[in-house]
Amino acid sequence: MAEMKTAAYVCGGCGLAERLNTAQLAKIAEREGKMNLVREHPFLCSDAGVATIRADIENEGVTHVALAACSRRAKTEAFDFPGVALSRANLREGVIWAQPATDAARETTQEMADDYVRMACAELKKMKVPAGNPQAAKNTRLMVVGGGVSGLTAAREAAQAGYEVLLIEKRGALGGWAAQLHRRVPEREPFAEPVDTGVAALIEAVTKDKRIQIMLNATLAKTSGAPGRFSASIATESGGTSIEEVGAIIQATGFTPYDASRLTEFSYGKSPNIVDQAGLERLAREAAAKGEAIRRPSDGAEVKKVVFVQCAGQRDDSGKHLPYCSGFCCATSIKQAMYFKDANHAVDTVVIYTDLRVPGAGEDFYRSGQKKGVTFTKGRVGAVEPNGSQAKVRFRDLILDEETTIEDADLVVLATGQVPNSGVNIDKPDAEDANGAKPISILNLSYRQGADLPQLKQGFSDSHFICFPYETRRTGIYTAGPVRRPMDIAQATEDATGAALKAIQAAENASLGRAAHPRSGDLSFPIVRLDGCTQCKRCTVECPFGAIDEDEKTYPQFNESRCRRCGTCMGACPVRVISFENYSVDTVGAQIKAVEIPDETEEKPRILILACENDAYPALDMAAMQRHTYSAYVRAIPVRCLGSVNTIWITDALNGGYDGVMLMGCKHGDDYQCHFVKGSELANVRMAKIGDTLKQLALENERVITHEVAITDMVRVGKLIDDYAATIEKIGLSPMKGFA
Amino acid sequence: MADIIATGQTILVVGGGITGMTAALEAAECGKQVFLVEKSPTLGGRTALLYRYFPKLCHPTCGLEINLRRLKGNRNVRVVTLAEVTKIEGKPGDYTATIRVRPRYVTSNCTACGACAEAVEATVPNPYNYGLDQMKAAYLPHAMAYPQRYVLDPSLIGTPGADKAKAACKYNAIDLGMQEETLAIKVGAVVWATGWKPYDAAKIQPYGYGRFKNVITSVEFERLADPHGPTGGKIVRPSDGKEAKNIAFIQCAGSRDENHLRHCSRICCMASLKQTQFVREAYGDAGQSTIYYIDIRAIDRFEDFYKKVQADKTVKFVKSKPARIDEDRATGNVILHGVNTEGYHRYAEAHDLAVLAIGMEPSVKGAEVPAEVLEDSSGFLSLGEGPGNAAVFGAGCASGALDVNRSTQSATAAALRAIQIVNRSARAEG
Repeated sequence: MAEMKTAAYVCGGCGLAERLNTAQLAKIAEREGKMNLVREHPFLCSDAGVATIRADIENEGVTHVALAACSRRAKTEAFDFPGVALSRANLREGVIWAQPATDAARETTQEMADDYVRMACAELKKMKVPAGNPQAAKNTRLMVVGGGVSGLTAAREAAQAGYEVLLIEKRGALGGWAAQLHRRVPEREPFAEPVDTGVAALIEAVTKDKRIQIMLNATLAKTSGAPGRFSASIATESGGTSIEEVGAIIQATGFTPYDASRLTEFSYGKSPNIVDQAGLERLAREAAAKGEAIRRPSDGAEVKKVVFVQCAGQRDDSGKHLPYCSGFCCATSIKQAMYFKDANHAVDTVVIYTDLRVPGAGEDFYRSGQKKGVTFTKGRVGAVEPNGSQAKVRFRDLILDEETTIEDADLVVLATGQVPNSGVNIDKPDAEDANGAKPISILNLSYRQGADLPQLKQGFSDSHFICFPYETRRTGIYTAGPVRRPMDIAQATEDATGAALKAIQAAENASLGRAAHPRSGDLSFPIVRLDGCTQCKRCTVECPFGAIDEDEKTYPQFNESRCRRCGTCMGACPVRVISFENYSVDTVGAQIKAVEIPDETEEKPRILILACENDAYPALDMAAMQRHTYSAYVRAIPVRCLGSVNTIWITDALNGGYDGVMLMGCKHGDDYQCHFVKGSELANVRMAKIGDTLKQLALENERVITHEVAITDMVRVGKLIDDYAATIEKIGLSPMKGFA
Repeated sequence: MADIIATGQTILVVGGGITGMTAALEAAECGKQVFLVEKSPTLGGRTALLYRYFPKLCHPTCGLEINLRRLKGNRNVRVVTLAEVTKIEGKPGDYTATIRVRPRYVTSNCTACGACAEAVEATVPNPYNYGLDQMKAAYLPHAMAYPQRYVLDPSLIGTPGADKAKAACKYNAIDLGMQEETLAIKVGAVVWATGWKPYDAAKIQPYGYGRFKNVITSVEFERLADPHGPTGGKIVRPSDGKEAKNIAFIQCAGSRDENHLRHCSRICCMASLKQTQFVREAYGDAGQSTIYYIDIRAIDRFEDFYKKVQADKTVKFVKSKPARIDEDRATGNVILHGVNTEGYHRYAEAHDLAVLAIGMEPSVKGAEVPAEVLEDSSGFLSLGEGPGNAAVFGAGCASGALDVNRSTQSATAAALRAIQIVNRSARAEG
């Protein structure tokens, strides 16, 4: 590896030269920053400026570049030097745009810039260019778990892109629930009639595809490894085990219908004439096989009236049933009503609903149902009771605002919902699912944090991200279909296609040693010095992505391609043995120490800000772009995630004479906005304990403060800073000054 | 743009909103070459103009920041803004796309320092705030704009203002002689992700949009709540700037209506539920939101959010499609007339502001796509595939009325369909 040669470039553009003494900045880079090469340029991002830097890289052997110019978020195309370590002193958005352009402010503005140059140089010297993941393993074969429509589609679509696929299905046949349907809701215009499910054709295509290997009656006994090198022990019907190597996994394990017998008020099980939607599909298929109309199950009589009870056991407030809406059931009831109407227009079909939910072109299907004479009644069903060979449906008519009863339903169809087959809830391994069943593990992951994917509160294995729905908390394992959220066939098909891409992408990137979302392409990975490790297990427990296992001696075992590079392990480590080549306790620690702390007689406090690079830091930038000014006493350092903040940084800062520390991270809790899911929450927990440290140092609690800052907080963030600066002024300067 | 080397292995993504960005990035992160074409001067599309997303109330710009970071770090994606695809010829694996690039009048020398905007006096209606305010004719579209580069509005060209802008720029970034260009690139497959536009509210005559100042659309309301918006995040009435505390949200404005849009636009129920929480955020218990609805379509796990809003005492639900809106000239209030169908009560309710939960129309109807595509009668491209063996794949709101979550799923799926085509042609060539 080439010897480190550092260079700093000080830009004078965008008003920097007018507002700052750039010659002084260059001198600081040289004398204090100890940069091997320092240049000033009036317009650094220009072709000429960039050419200067490139020439130095080529001719002078520069390996490390510090840019004292604009924010790291700006001019990234110009300042793109592959293979070169890069740090940036944010003098434009971080200093001159955030400070008033007055003579009075000149001195403190310059001090800010001086410090940011010191910090960029200090950081740079601690950085290495990441070399890539040493565990990179090339296996792009995919494993799809589940052979319903989602799984079949994922397998088929991946194979169409040229990838080998192993499809395992627990049952003896492919097709899942969709294969049990008589017809499906249309997904193409004219959106008017029930159509063939297409499942048989899909099964045929998958079965014939040479790239797809199918294992039926097969379950996962154990899954270990990481993207690019997963190893799956598959238990087969014969009692044998087969070991398969795959690069990524798609979990398409679908749903189980909500158990209608839990709905005692609807008398399911007390009469064969009260069925759920799946039961009606069975009747429809049996009738179609015989070439006749659906007849009353109890006695084979002609069906004259069918009542559909929407939201049966769904959207429930009582806590007994499903709290959510399953989304597909309104259209399914319309479809099922059409089974009757199409066979005999005289059949009375009544759909009792509170909100009819058929978004998009589903509206056309609804309209078609209305044209066919299906009756839609806004009401809430209270009870269904057998009534001789018929059934009685009591409901509150919400339009007429009165209790009413249908006495003579020949068939009652309960629109029950979907319960995801998401395996064991790793946070509550003994918890029953919504059907009262004790789930068994699906993936049987040999991961330290549990055998299945983490779930959200209703049992689904979703990401809870709106922009990035596929990102589970287990890298290289993606979910598709109703295991992720309730959905119909059309959505599951599209969802599975997308999940197939994500699995392909994970396997491809693992083979190149690159990180997966959101730091996609990042080649850095956690390096641990095991000889210093105390086996405290914090990193293994706190990693939001379950990337770290434990070896037989209970040392942490990092699985780099499962790592998302957030640095939460680094933040957790009490003995600071975890680091990244370009982001470490040292790269940040050196910046903190590089700031010049004025003597207490100068009465200039210094406040350290550690800001999430994705939200709080851009908010600071955008505040400056709008010229919202804030205190010149702050020094801001972007961090990958607040979860990566190691308390040593805070202790160092306070010991070094900083007067206060502000942590700015993302919202946590149920509606978390942290891109690393748990990072900001963990930081909050850790900071709650910082009080002990403060006490030891005999410092006030106010010296460390944590804020949730959103990216839109461009007005608020400046106010938070100014309020905090006022607090510091009130409690006075830190007594620690001069001791460092 | 001389360095564009595209081949039958390249994927063309048309539209730089969240769908197009997602399709481009997902494909690029699979190692594919992508050409991303956007009509406006910036990526980000319509979601960049939303204050918050439902149901988490998180900020769209947060996801945009991640996507921009992914983009900045990925050499596989080439972005061309102010560009429109005018022609696509050829066959899957071997298309030639013609792209018209309008002049920005600002080169890559631009540092986004803002000196040109300071120098220019002329203003134009700000499309990033749906025309609710004016912006300088030399402008950065918004704080998250990418490329982070100013634009001169064409109306400025040939005026003294243009010369002032040029004179103010120290970096020689303004090129007043910039001309429209035409590019022809080879691509293997196309993802068509041109998104949606709000239905023209003025066509819903009884609601008085355009006649009454205090009748606005849901997308405009989103700008009022946004700190980057025309009022700095204050929810006030357009007529007099008075705080709008008593707000009517009218669902299905244009949607589910054979006279306007036949389809349900899917997002509007959730959008209004979300916007009631903006009112609460601004005015606490002093705010009052009333949602006039036919069905509340808080589908699947969004039900949670609906329940949360139902529990909010400042939010009222009225099952009714209002018949018409009048204006009380003296107060500027809007008066909604209609019948509450739960119990059939007639009402005439006064509100400070009426927000029309406006329907979603495809930005570009299938007929306007310069390639053979399947479209439905509402103008949405058929889900995920073209006719015959065409490799022009609709995605996001160009293919249906979708929310963000479903748009990004659709984008990811479309990216795979495009990859299948380019991989197939790679195998054939290999």
